[in-house]
Amino acid sequence: MPHDHHDHSHEGLSTSGHPYRADNDTGLSYWQVMEIALRELLIEKGYLTAAQIHAQINAMDSRSPANGARVVARAWVDPEFKAALLDNASEVSRAMGFDIGPMHLIALENTDEVHNVVVCTLCSCYPRNLLGLPPDWYKSRAYRSRTVIEPRKVLSEFGLNLPEQMQVRVHDSTADMRYIVIPAQPEDSFGLSEEALAAWVTRDSMIGVGLPLAPK
Amino acid sequence: MGGDPAGPINPDEHDFALWEKRVDALMVLTSAAGLMTTDSLRRVLEDMGPDAYETMTYYERWIASVAQNMVEAGAVTTEELGAKMTEVRARGSTYGAAS
Amino acid sequence: MKVRVKSHWPPGHIRTPAYLRGKIGNIERHIGLFNNPEDSAYRQAGPQRELVRVRFHMAEIWGARAERGEDVIEAEIYAHWLEPV
Repeated sequence: MPHDHHDHSHEGLSTSGHPYRADNDTGLSYWQVMEIALRELLIEKGYLTAAQIHAQINAMDSRSPANGARVVARAWVDPEFKAALLDNASEVSRAMGFDIGPMHLIALENTDEVHNVVVCTLCSCYPRNLLGLPPDWYKSRAYRSRTVIEPRKVLSEFGLNLPEQMQVRVHDSTADMRYIVIPAQPEDSFGLSEEALAAWVTRDSMIGVGLPLAPK
Repeated sequence: MGGDPAGPINPDEHDFALWEKRVDALMVLTSAAGLMTTDSLRRVLEDMGPDAYETMTYYERWIASVAQNMVEAGAVTTEELGAKMTEVRARGSTYGAAS
Repeated sequence: MKVRVKSHWPPGHIRTPAYLRGKIGNIERHIGLFNNPEDSAYRQAGPQRELVRVRFHMAEIWGARAERGEDVIEAEIYAHWLEPV
């Protein structure tokens, strides 16, 4: 079960370091009642099976920023791979063995001159089939409203202060494409193996609100 | 929304509860079954108006949209949903007891 | 190629952000044919539409309010929302 978390040391925190949201042991909400009722009706009427729902939750749980980090690390060490990734990121991700479903993915390369950052002003589009579900702030009104008009201020609130001469490119996921930023490789990491490099690639660096970091 | 005035970005994050994951799974699977689309999900979310954004959580809005979509698709009726929700509510006072 | 986003304001489910309507940008790339959300949101079949990525300068969108006019926004816009300039 997702909430069996006795096998690690941070009591009350998940493996990702965030508090679990209470559910099984708090008062039953109207919306939870709706979820249970709708799910059971769809199963009873033969539209879905319980096994399908279980498998879908497992599939989503297995998707995490670690997938994207592997893609980025390979792009750092293999220029041909990077060229293919920039050309067709969906195809390349599938070829690496990631089950991204029908998702159309575009990779965006950060350079000395250009910094890319991703937002969805209309809803919460995110490359969920590769990186897992988006963080809460990505879905917030504040991030969605402000990133298109004051990206530099938004990035500075994430601790990222860009040089004036660097161009910021904000990508608004308005329709069918999803985006992953390929952050610039930090000089301190030059020469490391692909596997070691993957540990430098943070989720936030693939959204464009952070930079790669040396693993702790 | 894009360009509108807004306050600071709250960096807090949470892991998803089981019921939230189930809502997500229902959206993905009913879409794959041809009963709804990403666009019909979003259309109902937008039609809820800005108030819903302030008073409901993300997956609360989603389950409301998926439920309306299932009625629109003819997969369930409002009558069936009403009766089943009453039955679920009577099972207990926690999500664990009722699901 | 230079294009302007149509300044149309019909009701319905529209994936052309309000802040880009009426603005001029350059086509960054053509992506291909996709279902039109204006139809599929209401379970209508409708013909597929060409989707393109358009690059706009911040100065074009926000004028003097822009943080830095040379920064850019790129967004996917369905071709039926674009007109030549």
